[in-house]
Amino acid sequence: MLHFARWKSLSIVAVCLAGLILSLPNLFSKETVKAWPDWLPKAQMPLGLDLQGGAHLLLAANSDELKKDWLSSLREDARKVLREAKLYPASVNVVGGTVRVTLLKPQDSDAAVKELRTKVAQQIGNALIGTAGTDIAVAKGEGASIILTPTEAGFLNRQTNAITASIETINRRVNALGTSESTVVRQGSDRILVQFPGLSDTKGLKDLIGKTAKLSFHEVHASMTPAEAQQGRPPVGFAVYPSQDGYVDSYLLRDIPIVQGDELVDAQPGQDSRTGEWIISFRFNQAGARKFGRFTQANVGRPFAIVLDKQVLSAPVIREAILGGSGQISGRFSPDSATTLALQLRSGALPTELTIVEERTVGPSLGADSVSAGKTAAVVGAIATCVLMVFAYGTFGVIAVFALFFNMLLITATMSVVGMTLTLPGIAGLVLTLGMAVDANVLIYERIREEVRSGRSPINAIEAGFSRAFVTILDSQLTTLAAAIIMFILGAGPIRGFAVTLSVGIFTSIFTAVTVTRLLVAWWLAGQRARAHKIVVPV
Amino acid sequence: MLPIPNFKGVDFFPHDTRIDFMRFKDICFWASVAAMVISLGLFFAKGLNYGVDFKGGSMIELKAKSGTADVAALRGDLGALKLGDVQIQQFGGAGEVLVRLEQQPGGEEAQQIALRKVTSKVDAAYELRRVEVVGPAVSSELRRTGTIAVLAGIFAIVLYVWFRFEWQFALGTVLALSHDTLLTVGLFSLLGLEFDLSTVAALLTILGYSVNDTVVISDRIRENLRRFKRMELKELLNLSINETLSRTLLTSSTTIIVLIALLLLGGSVIRNFTFAMLFGIVVGTYSSIFIAAPVLDYMHIKRETIVGEEKGAGNAKA
Repeated sequence: MLHFARWKSLSIVAVCLAGLILSLPNLFSKETVKAWPDWLPKAQMPLGLDLQGGAHLLLAANSDELKKDWLSSLREDARKVLREAKLYPASVNVVGGTVRVTLLKPQDSDAAVKELRTKVAQQIGNALIGTAGTDIAVAKGEGASIILTPTEAGFLNRQTNAITASIETINRRVNALGTSESTVVRQGSDRILVQFPGLSDTKGLKDLIGKTAKLSFHEVHASMTPAEAQQGRPPVGFAVYPSQDGYVDSYLLRDIPIVQGDELVDAQPGQDSRTGEWIISFRFNQAGARKFGRFTQANVGRPFAIVLDKQVLSAPVIREAILGGSGQISGRFSPDSATTLALQLRSGALPTELTIVEERTVGPSLGADSVSAGKTAAVVGAIATCVLMVFAYGTFGVIAVFALFFNMLLITATMSVVGMTLTLPGIAGLVLTLGMAVDANVLIYERIREEVRSGRSPINAIEAGFSRAFVTILDSQLTTLAAAIIMFILGAGPIRGFAVTLSVGIFTSIFTAVTVTRLLVAWWLAGQRARAHKIVVPV
Repeated sequence: MLPIPNFKGVDFFPHDTRIDFMRFKDICFWASVAAMVISLGLFFAKGLNYGVDFKGGSMIELKAKSGTADVAALRGDLGALKLGDVQIQQFGGAGEVLVRLEQQPGGEEAQQIALRKVTSKVDAAYELRRVEVVGPAVSSELRRTGTIAVLAGIFAIVLYVWFRFEWQFALGTVLALSHDTLLTVGLFSLLGLEFDLSTVAALLTILGYSVNDTVVISDRIRENLRRFKRMELKELLNLSINETLSRTLLTSSTTIIVLIALLLLGGSVIRNFTFAMLFGIVVGTYSSIFIAAPVLDYMHIKRETIVGEEKGAGNAKA
């Protein structure tokens, strides 16, 4: 047992050396490591946001809003499809969670169902694995009505698409800020996690990514005022929009926009040359320019409204037809808000409204404090443990200290190479591993002591100590591992960081306590023999 | 070959102790049961001081730019915002203040609006060190997964013990683990300490540590059952605990030492976590000796069932 084949000793030494080399980059600053030649390992443990400072935002799609949007676009689609097929509807309304179509002629209903099924309902899922279906169910209702009901699968599909598109948009917006280290990832089915290292003032970030930035240009009702519309019923196709232009509280606008923000090709912040006011100049693509040109040509002298996220920014009067496809928006902007909005318009609107459901931000100063506190605690903890071990077990205690040292190196190396993030709870896990890792050594040494006391020869006692303690070590470490794995699977944020270091620490502890310690003890024995000492177990 | 000076260690902890642990088992066992009942009572009557993770709301850590925080002025300023219950607490240095807002009615967005109000109020005089805002959806999720995590942790550990040992051992383990969890929760309730995600992480680690102890003692009990065929069970349990006592004490000492280092030097953010761990390690060590082992005696385990079935596994230890 205490004899190691040459290849075995060599591989153990190799693992320890690899641990030493791979954990080295963590001792230096990022810049220093970057300048190293390519053949040196450069991977460092990524620091969590709680250590380097930064913002963590969890955004969720508003599913009610998403459903509402979908139903109203379904209504438009159904109306259009039926008109094109000359199956004229008497009314198309959103009723509860469905769209109800009432036809003028009841005898058209079979044809209308067929038309809606083929042209409005969409195939989703995978026909090959039998999950195919449509995103809406079309069925005949009472009388001449047809009911369109969104299916659960259809909604999930739509939600997934909305989240995917939102992630792209947020990425574009965030990247435009010129920071490359941010991450934007999906979490669950309806959430997006945005992590932005090194940022402590989240107000700007939240403004940037949280805003839907849906821009549209609308026709203003020619004669009726919003107050009149609110008292009676607004005319068909019109609705009252709140305003922030500073002149009036609201406008009565046509619901269907003339042009929308997705037809913009450029938007830049600037200052009006005459008034000095902050504005955004924009340019439409060809189709957008044509639509806008046609509208302005026909409505010279009348106002139109520029709407952002259902709020009127401004409602200028058309002085002449705008045929070039470019123009400018004024909306009482500050330099900051003009810059942000222009950026948002360039990177596109979010397909759905997102709300912040969780925010965790750590300022860089607190992060730095935590790192230094963690370091101090780790060093003090390590020294105390080492002193205790050397006192308790003499030479073997020194061996345990070596094992502990390599244990720490291996944990650091593994985390650096795999790219596991070190968080503050992670440091706590690391320090705790220090304390618990020596347990394996304690178990072995106590066992050796017992065997010596029960009268075995030193070498016998050492061998028995290792082999008997091994099962206990395995049992005790595996149960801790079970707890750590559960923490990792179920835990969020801080728990996860802790579980990561704890689990890595368990594997390395088993390795160092059993293998490294045993090798060192074997070497020590060989040394004793070579010097022809009478072997005395130094525990 | 290895230039390590050859010197002997000091035996800190006495060997060959013959402490009659089983003599105290009744009093300890029932004292523990009483402590568990009291903890449960506290949990239901007084409840826990949940942190933002579980309760929702906001927590804002501020540092005064001038060096000292005027808590009274801050209280007045933030109280005027009408955001419900606002807790302001000085901690760490003189300039560091922790502000807690309760969850605002009105869903996810209301939390952000409240945060904006507070930050614009304190922006001039304070640096924002840390902001945590948890909305109603996330906090209820975290509550659920936190509870599941602790229960699943106990379940997985018990399953492992059952698989490695016998169901009597597993029963002792369940009791010991429940004891450790309940007492830690009870302490947090009694002292009104903030109970958040990191406390759950601490609970899970305590479970891992406590079962570690239990397993070491159980291993020895099983070994001794095989070795001393005629020894009375009570005596055998005593012997096993005594034999492993020096290991138990030494390992606990190293763990407690690093935890004290963390508690004193590790910074304010993880202080609650370390405190929970420290308490849990002490309780966990106690429960392995005074709960997990006596249960075997109460259960009147039969030597034959354990030794008989363990023949295969026993080879590894012989």
